[in-house]
Amino acid sequence: MPILEGQDVTKYFGGLAAVSHVDFYIDQGEILGLIGPNGAGKTTLFNLISAAFPISSGEIRFKGHKLNGLKPHQICKMGVSRTFQETKVFANMPVLQNVLVGAFFGTPTRISGEDAAREATQALEFVELSAMSATPVKDLTLVNQKRVEVARALATKPEVLLLDELMAGLNSAEISEAMELVNRIRDTGITIFVVEHVMKAIMGICGRIMVLHHGEKIAEGTPQEIATNKQVIEIYLGEEAHAGS
Amino acid sequence: MDITGFISTHKKLLLVVFLVLLVVFLATVPLYGGIYNVRVLTAALTMVILAVSWAMFSGTTGYMSLAPAAFFGLGIYTMCVLEKQLPFLVIVVIGGLVAFAFALLVGLVTLRLKGIYFAIFTFGLVVFMSELINYLEVAIRQAHGWHITPLDNTMLFHTMLGLAVVTVLAIYFIRRSRYGLAMMSIGGNEEAAEHMGIHTTRVKVFTFAISSMFMGAAGVITAPILIYINSNIAFSFYYSFMPILMAVFGGMGQLYGPIVGAVVFTYLERLVRNQFPNYFMIGFGIILVVVIMFLPNGITGLVPMLQGKLSGVIARLRKGGEAEPHANT
Amino acid sequence: MIERVPELIITGILAGGLYGLLAMGLSLQYGVCRVLNITHGEFVMLAAVLTYTLATLGINPLVAAAIAGPLMFAIGFLLHITLFRTLKARTPSPAVFEGSALLVAFGIMYIMLHVGKIGWGGLRLPCYYLSEKVMFAGMTFFKNQIVAFAISVAIGVAVYLFLTRSRLGRAIRATAEDSATAGLMGVNTELILALAFGLGALMAGIAGPLSAMISAPSTAIGFQNTVIALIVVTLGGLGSVPGSFIGGIIIGIVNLLVLGLWEPVLTVPVYYGILMILLLVRPTGILGKK
Repeated sequence: MPILEGQDVTKYFGGLAAVSHVDFYIDQGEILGLIGPNGAGKTTLFNLISAAFPISSGEIRFKGHKLNGLKPHQICKMGVSRTFQETKVFANMPVLQNVLVGAFFGTPTRISGEDAAREATQALEFVELSAMSATPVKDLTLVNQKRVEVARALATKPEVLLLDELMAGLNSAEISEAMELVNRIRDTGITIFVVEHVMKAIMGICGRIMVLHHGEKIAEGTPQEIATNKQVIEIYLGEEAHAGS
Repeated sequence: MDITGFISTHKKLLLVVFLVLLVVFLATVPLYGGIYNVRVLTAALTMVILAVSWAMFSGTTGYMSLAPAAFFGLGIYTMCVLEKQLPFLVIVVIGGLVAFAFALLVGLVTLRLKGIYFAIFTFGLVVFMSELINYLEVAIRQAHGWHITPLDNTMLFHTMLGLAVVTVLAIYFIRRSRYGLAMMSIGGNEEAAEHMGIHTTRVKVFTFAISSMFMGAAGVITAPILIYINSNIAFSFYYSFMPILMAVFGGMGQLYGPIVGAVVFTYLERLVRNQFPNYFMIGFGIILVVVIMFLPNGITGLVPMLQGKLSGVIARLRKGGEAEPHANT
Repeated sequence: MIERVPELIITGILAGGLYGLLAMGLSLQYGVCRVLNITHGEFVMLAAVLTYTLATLGINPLVAAAIAGPLMFAIGFLLHITLFRTLKARTPSPAVFEGSALLVAFGIMYIMLHVGKIGWGGLRLPCYYLSEKVMFAGMTFFKNQIVAFAISVAIGVAVYLFLTRSRLGRAIRATAEDSATAGLMGVNTELILALAFGLGALMAGIAGPLSAMISAPSTAIGFQNTVIALIVVTLGGLGSVPGSFIGGIIIGIVNLLVLGLWEPVLTVPVYYGILMILLLVRPTGILGKK
């Protein structure tokens, strides 16, 4: 059974379907990529999984349990955690406090202060931010703020991690570091669902890729298959052509 | 060990000792202070409780409540109703519980929604209470207003002091706990907080209820000071405006910020109230606006900046002292 | 008492027009500028007491509305340029801005209230106008109620057309929707925000004299007016002009029914009952976006 799956997932905003009858699945330990042009519905799909807003129709299941109707904090405690496209850190709090929030509240059972502090410190070490633990997050660079978000999500001890455009705004070296981080996360046994625009990253780390366009899934397969898929090439080339005109 | 070393390693202990001495000192004021000073101090303590409680919720979560007066007034009326039935201290506790319950209700209705609905609801809450109680008074008792038997000033002062200590301690420990962390993350980014496992509605409602509880208890103690109560006196916008002004001026980032603001404005108000009856309120309104615009962290928000400058000065003085011996080598 | 119900309902509808005008101003200020302007009622109050002063100089309330309206527009416009615009520039996030703007408005409310008290005292200041009775089907109405209703609705229609048909109106709506994008498309968002805020104040400036000619104002009416505006806006839906009028008429009818059949002092508690149910069931209001 896939660890996370969705059937016929649909979300309407007014009359417009942002996500339309999408089926997806991820197996435990996979890194699944989600790509598509702007406005394709990628972040919306993440928002449906994490229950940031309610699903219009269809079902999403985590380890066989229906997620429909649950609230974000419940889903987090169940083991699905995420980062956000526009980094939603707690800007005025120090780095360690940010991650502590995840450690304290992300687990289903109550955790002691000591254990939480330990989890948070470990998460910070994992993302290589220990040196900055006392710095207010608002004073950090974008790259480091994104790392704080990742550490915070990791501190909730997730089984599935949703990464929303982790590499947006990063330069080439930072992208390589981020790719390496994602692989290290996968190596700890966490299943990862990645939304990305940066092609080299997606192709490099994902075992499988899904493509959304206007809210519908139009392709799914290995990076090789996607890279050679005519439809996918068209929509991306089409986008470039539009951008040029 | 020299003095500065001693102070820095035992900072916390010295602070606790200082605070205990302060409370003890305050408790002895009635012995030599005179009735006027006791009454002013009681008023200051009332404001401390209101300001600190308001800041505890609105300062951390960012949900602006405009209704401290509603809960304070509820406490006043609890005293009116129970005055003859129960011992005074029991009524104080009950007043707190009544305010807690009412705040729970308000919170459950409004805190599931965006902050603006909370603001809309709390804005008129004072008038709502005033009118409703007004109607009930006439319907049930066929009379407006209550006369409360005055109680001993010293006893009231000590009770208020006790309540203030309890309030500040409670809020201090809540702020340091994981609960306080949850509140701050709600204020930082509510959506992210919820996604990290925080049941945001529950945290908000509970915190709001606790903060209102202290306000209600303070109201009970205030009733015997006011002596004559009616719905306009009990539910006066003054008790919403002043705590907010004091907390914002003092600074909501630190626990002692609202305390500073409460003390400053209690005495400031006494000074100007008689000279310029309506004008001083205009002045206070202007201060509130100016502080929010230019000093969002309040007066105590300037402390880190001042600390920085002070340590810079100390460092330079130290260097100046050390330079002499080396100059000859 | 039950025979009075039709009369109360129609009077309520007439009053509702004025409430709609009131609410529309507030809705505009929040919808566009994201400022919950709790001083809105104080603008009404100042315009109303000003009407009294002008009446003592021989100027009737309708003319006063033509004076007070632009005056309040100017004050609102200036307030936005000096205070809210600066505040917006200094606050990092929209949520913090809304909270701080609310407190700033709270402070201004106190200032305006006391300025009013110093200038006009605490008593009621009668400046009735057009209070001749109008009989219809056995019910009694007053000319000023009908005139106020007509003017309010006319302004409502004008504003609606302005917002939907004119270029400036579209710019305002674009800024309300997404000010960053609007700015990129060449809209002078800073000016638009101040204009919208002033426009909201303009409506308060007209509502004041209109209500003053019907019921003698005092410096204490500000608060009640703000509460009514807030409830009507929530009921009708933040940001919707037709919603403000529908909400206004509903609240107008409720107001009159409570006044006539129950207890005047219970109007606010009844509004709160409605507000509570509304917040539990459909907080975005009747015509608000979900």
